[in-house]
Amino acid sequence: MEYEAVIGMEVHVQLLTKSKMFCSCSAEAFGAEPNTHVCPVCLGMPGSLPVINRKAVEYTIMAGLALNCQIAEFAKFDRKNYFYPDLPKGYQISQYDLPIATNGWLEIETENGHKRIRIRRVHLEEDTAKLFHMGDYTLVDFNRAGIPLLEIVSEPDMSTPEEARQYLIKLRTILRYLGISTADMEKGAMRCEANVSLRPKGSKELGTRVEIKNINSFRFVKQALEYEIERQRKLLEQGRSVEQITVGWDDQRNITVVQRTKEYAHDYRYFPEPDLPPLVISREWVEEIRARLPELPDARRERFQQQYGLSPAEARVLTAEKEPADYFEACVALYPEPKKLANWITGEFFRLLRDTGTSFEDVKVSPEKLVKLLRLVDEGTINQNTAKAVLREMFETGEDPQKIVEKKGLSRITDTAYIQSVIEEVLDANPDALQRYLGGKESTFGFFMGQVMKATKGRADPKLASKLLREKLTELKKNS
Amino acid sequence: MKLYELTIHEAHELLKKGEVTSSELVSAVVERVEGVEPRVKSYITLTCEQALERARQADELIARLRKSGEEIPPLLGIPIAIKDIICTEGIRTTCASRILENFIPPYDATVIIRLKKAGMVMIGKTNLDEFAMGSSTENSAFFPTRNPWDLERVPGGSSGGSAAAVAAGECIGSLGTDTGGSVRQPAALCGVVGLKPTYGRVSRYGLVAFASSLDQIGPITKDVTDAALLLNIIAGYDPHDSTSVNVPVPDYTKALVPDVKGIKLGVPKEYFIEGMEEGVEKAVREAIAKLEEMGAEVIEISLPHTEYALPAYYLIAPAEASANLARYDGVKYGLFLPGPDLWESYRLTRGNGFGPEVKRRIMLGTYALSAGYYDAYYLKAQKVRTLIKQDFDRAFEQVDVIVAPTSPTVAFRLGEKVDDPLKMYLSDVFTIPVNLAGICGISIPCGFSGGLPVGLQIMGPAFGEEIVLRVAYAYEQATEWHKKRPEL
Ligand SMILES: [Zn+2]
Repeated sequence: MEYEAVIGMEVHVQLLTKSKMFCSCSAEAFGAEPNTHVCPVCLGMPGSLPVINRKAVEYTIMAGLALNCQIAEFAKFDRKNYFYPDLPKGYQISQYDLPIATNGWLEIETENGHKRIRIRRVHLEEDTAKLFHMGDYTLVDFNRAGIPLLEIVSEPDMSTPEEARQYLIKLRTILRYLGISTADMEKGAMRCEANVSLRPKGSKELGTRVEIKNINSFRFVKQALEYEIERQRKLLEQGRSVEQITVGWDDQRNITVVQRTKEYAHDYRYFPEPDLPPLVISREWVEEIRARLPELPDARRERFQQQYGLSPAEARVLTAEKEPADYFEACVALYPEPKKLANWITGEFFRLLRDTGTSFEDVKVSPEKLVKLLRLVDEGTINQNTAKAVLREMFETGEDPQKIVEKKGLSRITDTAYIQSVIEEVLDANPDALQRYLGGKESTFGFFMGQVMKATKGRADPKLASKLLREKLTELKKNS
Repeated sequence: MKLYELTIHEAHELLKKGEVTSSELVSAVVERVEGVEPRVKSYITLTCEQALERARQADELIARLRKSGEEIPPLLGIPIAIKDIICTEGIRTTCASRILENFIPPYDATVIIRLKKAGMVMIGKTNLDEFAMGSSTENSAFFPTRNPWDLERVPGGSSGGSAAAVAAGECIGSLGTDTGGSVRQPAALCGVVGLKPTYGRVSRYGLVAFASSLDQIGPITKDVTDAALLLNIIAGYDPHDSTSVNVPVPDYTKALVPDVKGIKLGVPKEYFIEGMEEGVEKAVREAIAKLEEMGAEVIEISLPHTEYALPAYYLIAPAEASANLARYDGVKYGLFLPGPDLWESYRLTRGNGFGPEVKRRIMLGTYALSAGYYDAYYLKAQKVRTLIKQDFDRAFEQVDVIVAPTSPTVAFRLGEKVDDPLKMYLSDVFTIPVNLAGICGISIPCGFSGGLPVGLQIMGPAFGEEIVLRVAYAYEQATEWHKKRPEL
C-alpha cells in the first residue's frame, strides 16, 4: 500500500524585544554570564508579579498579520502548570483558549507550484530557563527565563519533509522581514517540533501521530521526518500499529528516541492567569500596526518581477531574505540596470558569500562600491574577468574598486591581441601618415604611438604597445 | 495611659508636639512585647534591635523637621507589625511555613516601601496560618497565636498574629492580608479594627500569593481613624501589579465624619443564619439599632447566592493556590531536601515543607483544575462568583453599605476545630463573599459575647472605602467598644 505523510509544525520563536516578557530585565541575554539578567519576577520569587510587555504583544500582532491571521479583540494569558527546574514559578504564563492570532496561512514553493499551509494559532508566552546537565548534577541559567516566546502552530498541511523544511524557511524569512526575531535556530532563537502521521494515500482519515521534539536545524527537520516516516511505514507494512508517543531527534545517531508515551501525557491544568488583566486589542491598534508592516517576501518577489523585469527564479532568490533584497534595491537606485545587477548579485556575489562563509550583515561591499565596479566594466577600464577578481578582493578588504584597479595596475592593457587590433585600426585610419613613415619619415612613429594610446584611453601598456607598433611597422616596411 | 496603648494618630500627635520620642514609644512597645509575647505569641520574627535603631533615627529626623517647620510623615517613629507573608528586604519572610523558614527576600513589597517612606518603624513579622490558609492561626508551622482576651482561645486567622499584636499592645498598628476574611475575622475575634480594601486598591507586589484574584492587604488597627491613616499610605496604583487599579486615592481621613443621617444600611437576611452564636447576633442587632437611632435608614435586603459563596471560594482559592505554591520546589530558595532523583527531591521537599492544610488545598485545587473536572468545578465556581458579584451590584443600587456580623461566632478554643476543616471553613462564611465580589469591608468592635469581642462587618461597593469608613467611624465615636483592652 502506498502511504502519505501528514505533517504539522509547532515553532517557538524568541522575540527581539529589549526587555523580557513580564519584567524589565534585558532580553538580550544570549552569551551573557549565567544568571546576570534576572530579577525577582523572572526568578519566580515569592510575591513577585508579572507585567505584560506591550512590545511583545505588538510583535505578536505583527506576526499574526503577516501570517494572514485574524487578530483577537479579546485575548488572555493562562497558566500552564508543570514541575521542572527550568520553570521558576512551576507554571508557564502562556495562552490557552484565547490566543492573540488564529486562522492564518503562509505559502511555500513545492515541485507542484505554490501551496498554502494553514496556521492554526499564534500565541505569546515566556521562555524557560536553560539547564546544563553536568553528569550527576544540573546547573540552571535563568537569563533565558521570561524572554518573550512566540508559538506558531500550523495545521497538518504538509505532506513531505521537504515541504516542512520549506515551511520553516518561509516562516523564518517572514519573521526576519518583520524584524521581530533573529529566528536563528543555531542560537535557539527558533525551535521546532513536528508531528507526523501516515495514512493510505487518498484516505481522509488521520493516522496516529508522533511528536518529534528537539529539532534544531533545517537539516535535522528533514532528516528527522524522513526517519520517522520510514519507521512508521515499516510498522504499518508489518501490520503493526503506530503508538502515540513523543520522540526526540538524536542528531548524533540520526535516529528518533522515545521521550514519552501516551500514559505520561501531561495534564497542564490551564486556567486564566489571575495576575494579569485580559488583553483587549483595539481595532485601531491593529490597523495602526498593519499600516506599519514592512513589505513581505511574497509581495516583494512579485514586485521584483513586475518592476524590474526579473525572472521568477531571480526574484525568488533575491527576496528569500530581506538583506539581499534591500541590497539589490539600493544598487538599483544608483545604477538602473536591474537585470545586470540581479545577475551579479545572485551569481558572483552569492558565490562569494558561500565561499567565504560570510553572512549578509557582514558584507564589506557597499552598494555604492558594487555599482562603481560595474561602471568600471562599462567604461572598459576592466573586463568581466578582472571585475570578478576585483570583487573578490573587495569582499576581503572592503576597499574601493577604483583603488584596487589602480594599485594592482589592472587597468593597464597588456592584451597583445587587443593592442594589435588597435594598432591595425590606427594605421587603417591614417593612410597618409603610414605612407610617410614607409617613405622614411621615422618621426611619424611618435604620432602612431600617440593615436594608439588615445584609442585605449592611455591604458595600453606603453612598452608593449611600442614594441608591437614597431614590429607591425617593420613588417609593413619589409613588404612594401 | 501607657504608651503602647496609643493609637497611630495619638502617637503621631505626641511625637509632633515633642511630648513623646519615638525611642520612648518603641521602647515601651518592646517592653510590652517582652512582657506578653511568651503568652500571646504574635510574632514569628521580632526586629526590636533594628526598631530601636530606627527610632533613634526617627527622633533625629523629627527634631530636624520640627526645627524647619516641615511636616512630619504620618508614621514617622511609630512601631508597626507586618504579617509574615509580606516581603521585607533582608528580613526573613516565612509565610509561617517550613518551606520558607529561612527565606530572606531580596526586595520589599510595595506596601513596605510606602510604609517606610511614611516613616514606619517595623517591630516584627507576625504569625499567621501557613500561607494564610486558615481561620485560627493554628495552621502556623511554628506555633499557634493566642487570643489576648482569652489565652485558651484562638485569635482568628489567618492574620491572627497581627490582630493579637494590636489587641495586646505589642505594636501600634499592623498590616494583615485578607483572602476570604483573614483581616476582618481575626480583627473581630480580637476586638480591633480590620479593613479589607477593594481588590486592586492596594498593590499586591511582594505579598506572597495565596489566591491571586482574592488576596488584598489591609490594615489591622486599634480604631477606625488608624485604618484610614494606614489606607492613605498603602493605597494606590502600582505599575508592578497589573491588577492594581489606577483610581485616585482620596484622603480617607476626610471621610471620618461622625454622621450617618440618611445613609442606607442594607441588612442581608442570609447573614443571620441558624447556628449563629446568640450573643453575636444580639450584639450585631444592637449595633444596627444604634446606627438606626443615629439616623441611618435600615433596609432589609437579600443576597440570594450567599450560600454558594463558601463552596465557590473553596474551589477558586485552592485552584489558584495550587499554581501559586508550585514554585516552592527547593531549586531556587527555601527548604530543599535532596532525594535520589529530581522527582524524589520534589516529593521530599514539598512533602516535608508544607503542612496538612496547605497540602489539602493544593490537592483540592489541583483536582478542581484537572482535565475532565475543570468545567464542573473551577468554571462553575467562577460563574457563581459572577452571580455573587451581581447580588452585591443589585444591593448597592438600593443601599449605601451592607451591615452584618463579621463571624458567626466569637473566638473559639484552641484545637476546637483543627480536626474538622469544614467547621473551620464556616468561620469565614460572612467574609468570603466580599472577596469573591472584589468589594471592600471593615470589621469594627460592636460588643461582647461571653466576655469575648464581637465584630460588626460593614461592606461597601468597589472603591467605596470612604462610605464604609464613615459609617464605621460614626458608630465607633458613638460607642466605647474600641476603647476596651484585654487584661494581660
Ligand atoms: Zn527579570
